[in-house]
Amino acid sequence: MLLWYMTRATGEIAFMLLTITVALGITGAARLGSSRWPRVVTAGLHRNLSLMLVTFLSVHIATTLLDTFTAINPAAAIIPFVSGYRTFWVGLGTIAFDLILTLVITSLLRSRLSYRAWRAVHVLAYASWPVALWHGLGTGTDAKLPWLLALDALCVLVVIAAMTWRLRLLAQPRRIAGGTS
Amino acid sequence: MTMKLHVDPIACAGHGLCAELLPEAIELDEWGYPMLAASVPARLRGHARRAVSACPALALRLTGNDDRGEGGPARAQ
Repeated sequence: MLLWYMTRATGEIAFMLLTITVALGITGAARLGSSRWPRVVTAGLHRNLSLMLVTFLSVHIATTLLDTFTAINPAAAIIPFVSGYRTFWVGLGTIAFDLILTLVITSLLRSRLSYRAWRAVHVLAYASWPVALWHGLGTGTDAKLPWLLALDALCVLVVIAAMTWRLRLLAQPRRIAGGTS
Repeated sequence: MTMKLHVDPIACAGHGLCAELLPEAIELDEWGYPMLAASVPARLRGHARRAVSACPALALRLTGNDDRGEGGPARAQ
């Protein structure tokens, strides 16, 4: 039972970390920064929280596989839709994990890739977030708890706010970086 | 061997993270693009590397880095 508790807790924490990472990525790309919150803080948090997310995600997956009640095929950690238990919902989680793993690996090797290649892969970040949310809402043991729904709603609001703000900036005529006009 | 920073002016998008991380050698011009010092002293190697890896556009390079050759060959400016 302890394993399943850990699966539930780390799953939700991983999703919150993913939300913050995505929001920081969006605000960083939108060039948010001030003298009190330098841009390197956003960039550093984006990087370090994403690595923390991988840690929680690893525990989430390990405890899920080790739990004897569900007896999920270990291959389901990497290959989507091969789990006997809740094939579809677990598969969504696998897809989100594969996407996040690809993002982290390409980002760690970023200086060895071309900027275009890295960036093309990094756009996947946007896909991993809704897939992870869908996975949590679909199969989360606690997904129906009001406070957890509220937490998920807050995560959705954070990402929507960051995206709306970014898109509004993109829609404006391009300002010269650092300019005052 | 002296270390030198190079910026790819086409790739640089003026994010300005490099100047936040390495103000000793990088200043931003009035449009937010970096102006680089002629050379980087050895004591700032670690900071220079961080500035290079932080560049969101991968536009900054460090050359003359004596170990591991992370800076790669000098680019024509």
